[in-house]
Amino acid sequence: MLSIHNLQAGLSDGTAILKGIDLVVKPGEVHAIMGPNGSGKSTLSSVIAGREEYEVTGGSVELDGESLLDLSPEERAHRGVFLSFQYPVEIPGVSVSNFIKTALNAHRASRGEDPMEAAVLLKKMREKLELLEMDKSFLSRSLNEGFSGGEKKRNEIFQMAMLEPRLAILDETDSGLDIDALRIVAQGVNALKSPTNAVVVITHYQRLLDYIVPDYVHVLLHGKIVKSGTKDLALELEERGYDWIKKENAAQ
Amino acid sequence: MMRDSLLNLYAENEESLARESGEAVAAKRREALERFEVLGFPTKKSESWKYTSLKSQVAEHPRLVAPFATAQGHALEFKDIESYFLDEVDSYRVVFVNGVYSSWLSSTTHHGLDVCTLGSTWRKSPAWMHDHFAALDTLDEPLVLLNRALAREGAVVRIPKNLVADKPIQVFYFTTSDEPLFAQIRNLVVVEEGAQVEIVERHQSLNGKAHWTNAVTEIHAAPNARVRYTKLQNDVSTATLTDATFVHQDRDSQVVVNTFSCGGRLTRNELRFALMGSNAEAHLHGLTLIHGQEHVDHRTFVDHAVPHCTSHEVYKGLFDGKSRGVFNGQIMVRPHAQKTLAFQQNDNLLLDDRAEVDTKPQLEIFADDVKCSHGCTVGQLDADALFYLRARGIPNAEARALLMLAFANDALAHVQLPALERKLHALIHKKLGVSAS
Repeated sequence: MLSIHNLQAGLSDGTAILKGIDLVVKPGEVHAIMGPNGSGKSTLSSVIAGREEYEVTGGSVELDGESLLDLSPEERAHRGVFLSFQYPVEIPGVSVSNFIKTALNAHRASRGEDPMEAAVLLKKMREKLELLEMDKSFLSRSLNEGFSGGEKKRNEIFQMAMLEPRLAILDETDSGLDIDALRIVAQGVNALKSPTNAVVVITHYQRLLDYIVPDYVHVLLHGKIVKSGTKDLALELEERGYDWIKKENAAQ
Repeated sequence: MMRDSLLNLYAENEESLARESGEAVAAKRREALERFEVLGFPTKKSESWKYTSLKSQVAEHPRLVAPFATAQGHALEFKDIESYFLDEVDSYRVVFVNGVYSSWLSSTTHHGLDVCTLGSTWRKSPAWMHDHFAALDTLDEPLVLLNRALAREGAVVRIPKNLVADKPIQVFYFTTSDEPLFAQIRNLVVVEEGAQVEIVERHQSLNGKAHWTNAVTEIHAAPNARVRYTKLQNDVSTATLTDATFVHQDRDSQVVVNTFSCGGRLTRNELRFALMGSNAEAHLHGLTLIHGQEHVDHRTFVDHAVPHCTSHEVYKGLFDGKSRGVFNGQIMVRPHAQKTLAFQQNDNLLLDDRAEVDTKPQLEIFADDVKCSHGCTVGQLDADALFYLRARGIPNAEARALLMLAFANDALAHVQLPALERKLHALIHKKLGVSAS
């Protein structure tokens, strides 16, 4: 599904951040990308989603055989890419329901479909809210404005549930969450997993991986994936930290 | 020279103006003209006109409408102007075409309240006019002086004690003249104790000539009166409007002035509030939404003269193309005006590198037990917010429009009349290039 080959990217001032990433994600799989601060985890998710402040200097990113790099962020979203933001943006004056409606209907329009009927949309929103143990009043609030950290992250997963992406990238969705919120978020993600979609979890901590169990774990260091393994690798990282990998990597 | 022509025009009409409005008003007119003679048209040398130039308007020398003459223009029928009115709302209407009252397009009343014209009120209530005409305007602004000297038409609204006007009032000034006109317009609004009214004012050119309207409005709000006044400015890109509004508030009164400046070659709004009775509340809300070469200058002055008054001022602006915005918000808290609450905010979005805004809050506080705050911002659409919306599949243009709408919608929050809200909603959507939903 997702195929990243020798991806190199950085800031427009020439600072290189990603220095040759290779990653293949197949339908039905859950991948975790771990790594210390500054290793390039968020850059990778931003580049896949199409953030323009990053410049891709080499390599390729393909979804189902189609290059994503020439597509706008909205076109990537229409192809099924979803990024759960580490820091969801507050947008006063735009309600959650209006935002979801606009986004969902933009997806439908890209497939040549008519806007979803209001009653159908409302029913779907209610179902997904329930899944994430969120109150209906959520819908009329301004997008992320005054939301707690947990509410923001739940709102991200709520959007994911509504948009039903093929590839969901969860960028540090667990950071700042207490254990209850974490459990609810994970429960939401697990409910949305299917043999046809895939999830990439970017995280600092092993904790989330107790709830969203990955098929593969990759360690990102200095802009490269330096080690890949199964979920046991995450446990090992939790225990031993990143230093041994840094050393191992330096020795090579 | 335009200045000389105006002085001549006044001289030629002085006698008939005095016959019409009475000797006391004539003296006020004369005083104003003499001041104008000294000051002349405002130039950029004047601090209050630093960022707005009328040089080309003055040089173009539009035709001056003599106070008792009518300009040549196309006759209007209701269907020609219907789209400018609020839909589906029963209202009083006072309509002027080329500065002349049009009775067949209007719907006025003297039943309980008065919704009529200056022209008819001179004759009917000379004593009342003597008390209220040019009672609030000041002698420091050349264009206001000129207006005082020469204006003889405009809307008159009087709401008697404890009456709530049964319908909103729409005041329209249409210009159809084949030649560019320079018109002097004056509105007089007197809301007596405990009375209440909603007024919508609009100036509209129906052709692409370089018309210039110089308007002055005086609003008297007696104790406990409620006034909502909306200025809907969306004129063609050749029309100039210089507008000054003077509001006098007595105790416990509440006056809201909404100014929507969405089009026109040059728009200058001067808004002066005098809070003269305790517990008076003033609300000034503005939204500027312009593009191309358009220019909008808001100048506000809120005078807290007595204790326990509140003023709340929020102006927002969206500037595209090479448009230019000016905001100057002055708040005066006089020594005795303790317990004043004054809030002012001016936020601007520049949608094009060539657009420009000058914003200046100006607080002068001479009392010590007050709460005053002000702030201004000039920025661009938030790139993070834009990416967030696009990453959810919302196309760039739509995402930009959504953010602009969210920014602009604040200004609509204070509009209560549903028909007006619908009109403004549609206007804002149209200006931002999104279909109304």
